[in-house]
Amino acid sequence: MIYRECGMFKATYGADMAIFPIPLDRWGIIFILIVAFIGMPFLASDYWLSSILIPFLVFSLAALGLNFLTGYAGQLSLGHAAFMAVGAYTSLILYGRYDVPLLLSLLGGGLVAAAVGAVFGIPSLRIKGFYLAVSSLAAQFIIEWVLTHWKWVSGGVFGTVDTPPMEVFGWPIDTAAKKYYLVLCFVVLLTIFGKNLVRGQLGRAWMAIRDMDVAAEIIGISLFRHKLLAFAVSSFYAGVAGGLIAFTYYGAANIEAFNLMVSFHLLGMIIIGGMGSVLGSFFGGGFITLLPIFINQFSRSFGAVLKSDLLACIELIIFGGLIIFFLIVEPYGLARLWQTLKDKLRLWPFPY
Amino acid sequence: MIFAIEVAIGGLLVGVMYSLVALGFVLIYKSSGVFNFAQGDMTLFAALALVGFLTIFPLWLAILAALVLMIALAIAIEAIVLRPLVARPPLALFMATIGLGFLLQGIGQGIWGTDPKGLNIGISDIPFEVKGLMVSQFDLVGAALSGALVFGLVWFFQKSRTGRALRAVSDDHEAALSVGIALNKAWAITWAISGVVALVAGIMWGSRLGVQFSLSLIALKALPVLILGGIDSIPGAIIAGLVVGASENLAEVFVGPYVGGGIQTFFPYLLALLVLWFKPYGMFGREIIERV
Amino acid sequence: MLQVEDIHISFGVLKALNGVSLEIHKGEILAIIGPNGAGKTSLVNVINGVYSPAQGHIFFEDKDLTIMPHHNIAALGIARTFQNVALFKGMTVLDNIMVGRNLKMRSNFFAQGIYWGFAQREEIRHREVVERVIDWLEIEHIRKTPAGMLPYGLQKRVELGRALAAEPKLLLLDEPMAGMNLEEKEDIARFILDANEELETTIALIEHDMGVVMDISDRVVVLDYGDKIGEGTPGEIRNNAKVIKAYLGTAALK
Repeated sequence: MIYRECGMFKATYGADMAIFPIPLDRWGIIFILIVAFIGMPFLASDYWLSSILIPFLVFSLAALGLNFLTGYAGQLSLGHAAFMAVGAYTSLILYGRYDVPLLLSLLGGGLVAAAVGAVFGIPSLRIKGFYLAVSSLAAQFIIEWVLTHWKWVSGGVFGTVDTPPMEVFGWPIDTAAKKYYLVLCFVVLLTIFGKNLVRGQLGRAWMAIRDMDVAAEIIGISLFRHKLLAFAVSSFYAGVAGGLIAFTYYGAANIEAFNLMVSFHLLGMIIIGGMGSVLGSFFGGGFITLLPIFINQFSRSFGAVLKSDLLACIELIIFGGLIIFFLIVEPYGLARLWQTLKDKLRLWPFPY
Repeated sequence: MIFAIEVAIGGLLVGVMYSLVALGFVLIYKSSGVFNFAQGDMTLFAALALVGFLTIFPLWLAILAALVLMIALAIAIEAIVLRPLVARPPLALFMATIGLGFLLQGIGQGIWGTDPKGLNIGISDIPFEVKGLMVSQFDLVGAALSGALVFGLVWFFQKSRTGRALRAVSDDHEAALSVGIALNKAWAITWAISGVVALVAGIMWGSRLGVQFSLSLIALKALPVLILGGIDSIPGAIIAGLVVGASENLAEVFVGPYVGGGIQTFFPYLLALLVLWFKPYGMFGREIIERV
Repeated sequence: MLQVEDIHISFGVLKALNGVSLEIHKGEILAIIGPNGAGKTSLVNVINGVYSPAQGHIFFEDKDLTIMPHHNIAALGIARTFQNVALFKGMTVLDNIMVGRNLKMRSNFFAQGIYWGFAQREEIRHREVVERVIDWLEIEHIRKTPAGMLPYGLQKRVELGRALAAEPKLLLLDEPMAGMNLEEKEDIARFILDANEELETTIALIEHDMGVVMDISDRVVVLDYGDKIGEGTPGEIRNNAKVIKAYLGTAALK
C-alpha cells in the first residue's frame, strides 16, 4: 500500500506529464541524486569511484545516445563507438593543443561528433533496414581509419593522444572524487535534457518515424530533419561520453578503446537495458560495468580464480545469452521488467 | 601492367571466397528472412572445432566430425533461438543473431582457447606461373573449391524440389505453410546448409589466415558484398564478391601508398555506400514496396 | 477548395490513374467509390503526397501540391486516415494523437530540452486540445494504452482522432469503416457528420458501404480502372447506367 496511485489525482495536465508523477518515484530519484552527489564521494573507495562508477556513468551516457537513435528513432547504428572516438580525440585536441577550457572542449568534442554523425546519417534518407545497418558499420571503419592515419589528429604512430592534467576554472581535477563529480554533473544534466527531449514533440516525432515513417511524413514530420537530428543528437551524447572517458578513465585517447566490439557492447546495453527508455540506458550501462565483477566474485566464491581469457569468454557467453534471452522473453529489456515490478507493487498487497 | 593484372586476379580469387561467405548469409536470408550476423562467428567456431578434432583424428575424420558438429549446431540454433522469435520484426531477429555471435565466440574460445592456431590442410601457398603471371596455388584451389560449392548451392536452390520449397518459405511463411511445406524442416535445412558453408569458409580462410578471433571478422568483409549485391540475390553475392575482392586489392595496392595504407578495411564499405545511394537495395536485391 | 487536374500515375506497367480530374468543394462531404483496384487509394495518396503523379497537377486553395516537398502538404491543412490503420503501434493513444499536433508546435530544440517554461506551457496547451478530441471521440478510457494493443475498431477511431487533432481544412478518409459492424459504423458516421458540421471540415471519403455513402455524402465520384466514370449527387449516381454496370449492380435500382 506504500506504492500506490489511487488517491493521487492529478489536477493539472502538467502534473500528469511530469517525469515522475508518482510521489514515491520522485522521492526515490531525489534520494538517489543525494546519494550520488553527496554520499558517494565519502562512502565509496577510490577504486569504486574511478573503476566502476565513472565507466558506468559514461557508458550509460553513450548508451543513452544510441538509444535516441535506435530505440526511439528506429535507425540502427552498429558503429556508435566511433562517434565516441571522434569526441575523445576532438576534446583532447581542443584542450591539449589549443588551450580551450575543459568544459568547452568536452562540449566541442560532442559537437564535432554530432556533425560527423549527421554526415553518416545521410544514407538513412535513402536506405532502409538491413542495408542501413551495414552502412552504419561503414562509419566505424572509416572513422577508425581517419583517426589513425590523419597525422594532424593522431599526432603519433599508434594514434594515441595522452590527456594533459585537467582543470576547470583553475581548479585542478586530479582526485578520483573530482573526476567523478565532473562526470556526474555532465551525465545528470544531459540526461535531464535528453528526457525532456523524448517526452515532448521530438521524442514523439522520432517514435513515429520508428513505427511507420511513411505515415509520419504524411502527418508533416520531415524525415530528413528528424533523422539527421537523431543522428546528430545521439552522436553528440556519444562524443561527450567519449571525451569524458578519455579524460577521466583511460587518461588517453586511443582508437582501440572505441573499436567494433565496444559498438556492439553499446547495442547490447540498450537491448538488455531497454530500448526506447532513458532508464533502460542506465540499466544497460550498469549491467555491462558490473558483469565482469559479478562473474569474478561469483567464481571466486567457488574457490576458482579465473584466467582473464576464460573470464572474457564467460562474459561473452553471458552477454550474448542474455541478449537472446531478453529478445525472446522481454524485448523491452530490464526497463520494462522494472516497470512491471512497479506496476505489481502499486497493487501490492492486493493481487489485482 | 602485369602487376596490376596479378593484383586483380589475386583479388578475384579472394573475391570468390568472399562470395562463399556472403552466400551463407544470402541462403539464410532467402529462406527465413533472418540476417544471420553470427555467420562469421559460426565460421570461427567451425574452424576451431576442426583444429580441435585434428589433434585426435586424421584429416578426413576430423572434417567429418566438424561437419556433423556444425550441422547439429545449426539445427540447435534454429530451434532454440530463431523459432521463438518467428513472429518478431526483423530487427529483433537481427539483434538476436548478434547475441548469438557473442555466444558462439565465448563458447568456441572457451573450449578451444584463444591463442591463434595454424590450420594446415595440405595445400601449399607457393605461387606458380601461368602465362607469365604469378598466381598463388592456394588462392587457386580455394577459389576452385568455393566456386564448386557456390555452383552446387545455386543449382540446389534453383533446380531441386527442396530448393524450391526453401525459396517459397523465404517469400511468405504462411503461404508456404498453406501448401504443405514443413516450415521447421525447411528452416533446419537452411541453417544446416549455412553451417556447412561456414565450415568450408572456415577451412579456406583458416588455412589462409590462421585460426584466431579475427577469422570471425571475415564475415564483416562479406557484409559489403551483401549490400552491394543485394541480400536476397545469389548471383548478386557472386558478382559482388568478385567486385569487392578485386577492387579492394587494386585500391590497396595502387591508392593505398598515397594515403598511408590500410584502406582495404573500409574501401568495400565506401564502395557499397556509393552504390546503395543509387540503388538502395543493392545491385540485384529485391525492392520492398510498402503499401499504405 | 481542391482541384485535381488530369492526374496520371503508374506502378510499373499498371496504370492506376488515367487522367482523373475532380473538384472538392469547401464544406462538403465527397464520397469516392469504385471497385477494388479502381485507383481510389492511389488518388488519395497522390493528393496527400505519398506518391508523385507522372502527369497532372493538384491545387489546394490555389497552391500546387505536386511541386511541393511531401511533408509540407500536411501543413497546408490536409489530414488523412489510411486503409490499413497506420497508427504508431509503439506509442500510447495519447501520444499518437499528440503527434497530430506536431505541426503546430513551435518550441525549438533547446527549449524542448530545458522543458521548463515555454516548451512546457506549449505541451500543456496542445494536450488540452488533444484531450478535447479524445472526449469528443469517446476514447478517454484507452488514452494511455499502447495503440498496438487496441482492437481494430478503436484503432480506426484513434486514427481519426489523430487526423482531427491537426484541425485540418480537408480530411481524407480511406475506408474508415472497413471491417466494422453496424453499430461501429453508425458511430463513425456520426463522427464524420459532426466533424463536417461542427468543426466545418471538408471531407473526402473512400467507402464501399453504399448505404453509408448514399446517406451521408453530398456528392459522389466514381472511379473504375483509373478513369472517372461518374460524378454527381448520390441520387444521380444511383441511376447512372455506367456506374451501375461497373459497380453497383442492378439491385441498387430497387
